[in-house]
Amino acid sequence: MKITAIAGITFKEAKRDRILYLLFFFAAVAIITSRVLAILTVGDRVKIIKDVGLASISIFGVLMAVLIGTSLVYKEIDKKTIFTLLSKPLHRAQFILGKFLGLVLTLFVMTVLMSLIFLVLLYFHTFKVEWTMLVAIAYIFLELVLITAVAIFFSSFSTPILSSIFSLAFTLIGHLSWGLELLIKKMRAGAGRSAAQFFYLFLPDLENFNFKTEVVHGLPIPAGIYLYSFLYGIFYTAFILGLTILVFRRRDFI
Amino acid sequence: MTDAIRIENLKKSFRLGFIPKMKEILKGISLSVKEGEIFGYLGPNGAGKTTTIKCVLGLIYPDAGTIEIFGQPHGTARARQALGFLPENPYFYDYLTAREFLTFYGDLFGLGRKETGERTGRLLKLVGLERAAGLQLRKFSRGMLQRIGLAQALINDPKLVILDEPLGGLDPLGRKEIRDIIVRFKQEGKTVFFTSHILQDIEMICDHVAIIVGGRVVKQGALQDLVSEKVLFTEMTVSGLPPEAFRGLGESVSAQGGRVLLKILEENRVDDILALVRERKGKVISLSPRTETLEDIFVETVTGT
Repeated sequence: MKITAIAGITFKEAKRDRILYLLFFFAAVAIITSRVLAILTVGDRVKIIKDVGLASISIFGVLMAVLIGTSLVYKEIDKKTIFTLLSKPLHRAQFILGKFLGLVLTLFVMTVLMSLIFLVLLYFHTFKVEWTMLVAIAYIFLELVLITAVAIFFSSFSTPILSSIFSLAFTLIGHLSWGLELLIKKMRAGAGRSAAQFFYLFLPDLENFNFKTEVVHGLPIPAGIYLYSFLYGIFYTAFILGLTILVFRRRDFI
Repeated sequence: MTDAIRIENLKKSFRLGFIPKMKEILKGISLSVKEGEIFGYLGPNGAGKTTTIKCVLGLIYPDAGTIEIFGQPHGTARARQALGFLPENPYFYDYLTAREFLTFYGDLFGLGRKETGERTGRLLKLVGLERAAGLQLRKFSRGMLQRIGLAQALINDPKLVILDEPLGGLDPLGRKEIRDIIVRFKQEGKTVFFTSHILQDIEMICDHVAIIVGGRVVKQGALQDLVSEKVLFTEMTVSGLPPEAFRGLGESVSAQGGRVLLKILEENRVDDILALVRERKGKVISLSPRTETLEDIFVETVTGT
């Protein structure tokens, strides 16, 4: 009840944010531009539309998650609205979870809207609804959920600009860390390999959520991978939220 | 009867500055607020008033000391159940209307829809914002924000209301309105703890007062015990006599437009001067003894430490 109250107010505030609409506008432009790129392409035009469309949803989704995620918690502290909230019988954990759920709801609405544009555009090319796209989009959304948690984590102790940089760095590292996995396979056993394994354990691997290639090219995906990626997303998000609550509970609000 | 608030030896330091340096803000505060009284917490800017309040509310973790709210350790959600708080210079979600705003806070206490609706209506009436119920908070004036803030602090019908500078930045009329509401709290049996540096307001409504300077409580007690009935000096305005006539009687003499203003330090001199005025057919325009005010005590305490 208390968490949903906070989530509701967060959603209400987030949807007033102009940055959100600006990013949505650019996402829409990017998705529609894929049509132009398709015309310029020799070969399978539909694949280009799918590729660019999914990539746009992913990139602009990440930007939305980072930019609103980092500003909302900070704003509560900076404008001191948090004083009246935390003087009520509200646990700090409930505040964080409420904020998180409100942002997730905002991103869900945004992802649905972007996907609609994408699927409608695709429909005019193939004249059928491509349900498999939804699989890729669902995992993009799961990635956004994780990034939201990361954005809230950083903004619980840092300024919006720094938190944005940290969160974007997290995303970038997450999409490149598969290289480390590759490296581990090629290394001989020893201290170097142990170190690489240690880092790989803690660094995020956001490529787990990337099903774009498989979906676009119609490649088969084993069910185990779906489940693994799903659980990876859920547990990593829970871990980050736990960390956020830990930091947030120790904080003094001067 | 348990105390509404009991603070014992509260200490808090902050790391401040680019190169962190410990600064002790609270140096061992002890005070107790009885149930049902209005308690004024006085002090110059930076004395630690707000820090004390934040410790009580659990927004800041004290380094040492104990705080109890109605006999319960502070900082638990349970202890905050019976508490209402209005921060200094309140800023709220300005895109909400007054009614939405109060409903949101009702939800935080887990009040039902119906109950929240009823209380919201009653509180809007109490703070005189009925007609602004559908207005967004960003269109509110400073005084209206203060009043909606007060309504927010009361949504749970608290036994203890903590107000940080509730009268700051208000015009005289607004101050009177808030003061009246605070006095009404007392009549309803609520305990009020509030900080201020507007001394007349505290003097008018408080039962108990604590003065804090530099992180220490330097004086506390019932208002009537602190403020004595002792006459500090008497001021008298007389017409029809030249200023020279009072030489040696009044402390300072100033004359303007045929009137003489006297400041008389010794009480027994007052009769002498009255007799003199009567004898020389002058006219007493005003005569007012100045007793010690809270302001005198405050200035004396603050400058003395």
